[in-house]
Amino acid sequence: MTDLLTIAGRTFRSRLMIGTGKYATFQQMREALEASGAEIVTVAVRRVNLDRKEESLLDYIDLNRYFLLPNTAGCQTAEEAIRTARLARAAGLSDWVKLEVIPADNTLLPDPIATVEAAKTLVAEGFVVLPYTTDDHTVAKRLLDVGCATVMPFGSAIGTGLGLTSPDRLQRIIEVIGGQVPVVVDAGIGAPSDAALAMELGADAVLINTAIARAGDPVQMARAMAVGVEAGRMAYQARRMEKSTVASPSSPTVGRVGDK
Amino acid sequence: MTIVVNGRQRDITAGCTGVKLLEDLDLAAERIAVERNGEVMNRQTFAACTLAAGDVIEIVRFVGGG
Repeated sequence: MTDLLTIAGRTFRSRLMIGTGKYATFQQMREALEASGAEIVTVAVRRVNLDRKEESLLDYIDLNRYFLLPNTAGCQTAEEAIRTARLARAAGLSDWVKLEVIPADNTLLPDPIATVEAAKTLVAEGFVVLPYTTDDHTVAKRLLDVGCATVMPFGSAIGTGLGLTSPDRLQRIIEVIGGQVPVVVDAGIGAPSDAALAMELGADAVLINTAIARAGDPVQMARAMAVGVEAGRMAYQARRMEKSTVASPSSPTVGRVGDK
Repeated sequence: MTIVVNGRQRDITAGCTGVKLLEDLDLAAERIAVERNGEVMNRQTFAACTLAAGDVIEIVRFVGGG
């Protein structure tokens, strides 16, 4: 049985989405993408450097194989994010956008109100909107209500690798949103165990950049993350055992050597 | 005449088209997107337009990001 991830009518086999930032070289990024098995790949939108010719990221990403998801990283207001999304769409690859509205306060935590505002406008303009959001379930519900194609709550702040600092809050989002649109845990994942936990909780996918790009061996870590996501997904489908505060032996309590 | 491209002033000849500007900037083969005076344009529309003095142009591309 194939376990497909469906977003806005498009299906994917992989539940691991990968960012393309922070790699030492484009070649290393390409090898990590390959090792991860990811199909959705995020990119940023920036001014072309007119002072010197720079290598093109897209020369290292096979667009027949990977689905490019442009982000609005760096945008601090709804207006900036909408402008960047329009530019991304004008590049002619798709009308999907990973919406990020992040105030300049060094926390890299999203502005949920501006994110909902921007999402509303972009959905009305025909975009498929995948918003980066907080781990607040009411905000997630608002994003669902304005027509977002996913919700993407953080595990912890971008680039920290702290893992899932509030699994109970992610669990609540999954309870409120799950089954309506995919829940993608984005940001903060540091190790495959974090990715596995997100999937065990019932997340539909995870998005990882720094934990792979900044690992000692990014290609090996990309592979490890793919296995972590798969293990977590399988565990979720298998339904884990109930937790108990009382111990229970796994071996027979009768027939012990020397029993009277 | 002078226009502004990505925040920098640039002299162009009168009658310069979008396609000519992209060629001059060595971007003819790049996947880029363009905004002219705040309006996002697809490449074809921009390529065909004749630039005017004082135009503010933004040219963007995809780069690595998360």
